[in-house]
Amino acid sequence: MSGSQNEAVTGPDSVVIAARDLTKRYGNANAVDAISFDIFRGEVFGLLGPNGAGKTTTILMMLGLTDISLGKVNVLGFDPARSPLEVKRRVGYLPDSVGFYEHLTAVENLSYTARLMGLSRSERTRRIEDALERVRLADVAHKRVATFSHGMRQRLGIAEIIVKRAEIAILDEPTSGLDPQATLEFLGLIGELRAEGITVLLSSHLLDQVQRVCDRVALFQAGRIVMMGSVADLAAQVLGAGFVVEVEAEGAGIARRLAAIPGVTNVETLATDRFRMTADRDVRPEAARAVVAADGSLRRLSVDEPSLEAIYARYFQIRPEGRTLDAA
Amino acid sequence: MRREGSPFSGLGTVFVKELADNLSSARMLVLELLIVLTALAALYGAIDNLRQSTAEDPFLLLRLFTVAREPLPSFVAILGFLIPLMAIGLGFDAINSEHNRRTLSRILAQPIYRDALLMGKYLAGLATLAVSLAALWLMVIGLGLIFLGVPPGGEEVARSLAFLVIAIFYAGVWLSLAMLLSIVFRSPATAALVALGVWLFLTVLWPMLAPAFAQVIAPPDPRYAALGIETPDTAIWSQILMRISPNDIFAEAMTAVLSPTTRTLGPVFLEQLRGALMGTPLPFAEVS
Repeated sequence: MSGSQNEAVTGPDSVVIAARDLTKRYGNANAVDAISFDIFRGEVFGLLGPNGAGKTTTILMMLGLTDISLGKVNVLGFDPARSPLEVKRRVGYLPDSVGFYEHLTAVENLSYTARLMGLSRSERTRRIEDALERVRLADVAHKRVATFSHGMRQRLGIAEIIVKRAEIAILDEPTSGLDPQATLEFLGLIGELRAEGITVLLSSHLLDQVQRVCDRVALFQAGRIVMMGSVADLAAQVLGAGFVVEVEAEGAGIARRLAAIPGVTNVETLATDRFRMTADRDVRPEAARAVVAADGSLRRLSVDEPSLEAIYARYFQIRPEGRTLDAA
Repeated sequence: MRREGSPFSGLGTVFVKELADNLSSARMLVLELLIVLTALAALYGAIDNLRQSTAEDPFLLLRLFTVAREPLPSFVAILGFLIPLMAIGLGFDAINSEHNRRTLSRILAQPIYRDALLMGKYLAGLATLAVSLAALWLMVIGLGLIFLGVPPGGEEVARSLAFLVIAIFYAGVWLSLAMLLSIVFRSPATAALVALGVWLFLTVLWPMLAPAFAQVIAPPDPRYAALGIETPDTAIWSQILMRISPNDIFAEAMTAVLSPTTRTLGPVFLEQLRGALMGTPLPFAEVS
């Protein structure tokens, strides 16, 4: 309808979801407390945090499935509180442990939601066939969902989003309870969605998976976003300067030579032949050269990628008590 | 704040899917079997009774619905019990089972309002009940024709059609209550139990409690008691209170529609009987 209806934030074209001071109040408690964020077209954005931190409530508000107490959110130019149908037509949602009608087949389940989308019969058949092919469920298309494993159901959920041709896919805890093989397959599917230019919102508490697929993450705690940015940014923010290189080598005076490499801020001697160096960049080539120059025998050279797990653990260790713990 | 878009979009799709689910469910089969068997038993008694007694009755077909023979109650009385059971059976897990199977949020993430889902489910349940009640109605009329051999008059058909409409409406009342409870309670078992509790209260306990409450509100006058009749005020209050129960309203509606000699459902005053021909049927047009 008229433009005045969309009072919500309208950002540049590449912003697909813009939230400003989004708040959800249950009684006196704020489940979501004045959060603001922008999500850009084509990125994979991770919402992470402990259970009950407000991730699912945020998602429900974006879909217009629960009322917004305060603030605004704008999804693809629509206000979900006003035009939830327009939003839901363009956004695919895979809820936490998604369910399907057990007595119906995969095709029948998808066909029901496709009919709710208002697709014509021929369009439905074509899209469903195509989607099941893509999530590798084509051979069980006419089996009842009751016989499906958890992983197959999650893939069927992705198929539903593909059938919908959603511009944004919101996945709530999609990989919890999946076995490693199914998880890998599922993360592969998320990669495929992204390659097609679909914006993916992924909520999870499984950190290494979030790290593997997300471009940016927002860290939720007690209804607030306490940190937001790429994993590398967060690492720099929480863990301090970047690269930790471990060297295992035998030889005299290695520690001294390693410390002399430019960019190295600290060298720890863990054992007579093991050293850990902290640097502001990847110093492995220089470290190798230093060991060889010292006539030592280099046995191992490894670099620790900044891990979300470490960031997360560190962050939630530091904040509640308000004091910094010593680095291990 | 007004929301945009039609609350009815998707209604038809939900209706068709739910209707298909209902009609193919095992639960429906059991309920239909139950209702058909009980109806047959009741009709058998009625037909047996009618054959012996009344050849002159102008409303023979309607008697089929209302005549009872010990130990079986009349067909209408049985329906008064069975319709709520059918409706509760169809509605008690309408929403909470979707929630428990985790299909609810997936469906609501499609471009429909929850109104469409609720309405679609309700209409599908009502259609299911209407289909089985219509089948039952046809069966009763058909059996009546075969065994009694008397063609029904226009008035009788009109009255029995009114019976069908009222029965469907009555089913709708219980279906909506059952669906409401399925929204309020997460567990289908709790919802079913509460629905049955409400039903039992309104059909068994309320008819006993209503007169008692009526006597509190309008104490009986000893002068009327001395004459051995009920105090009019008390009787009126009692009737008003009784009508809280849908079961009572159904029974009253059935009496009005199926017993053509009925003139009033409440206490009769002499004033109202002036000019009345006792024992003659009231035309159908006057019933309402």
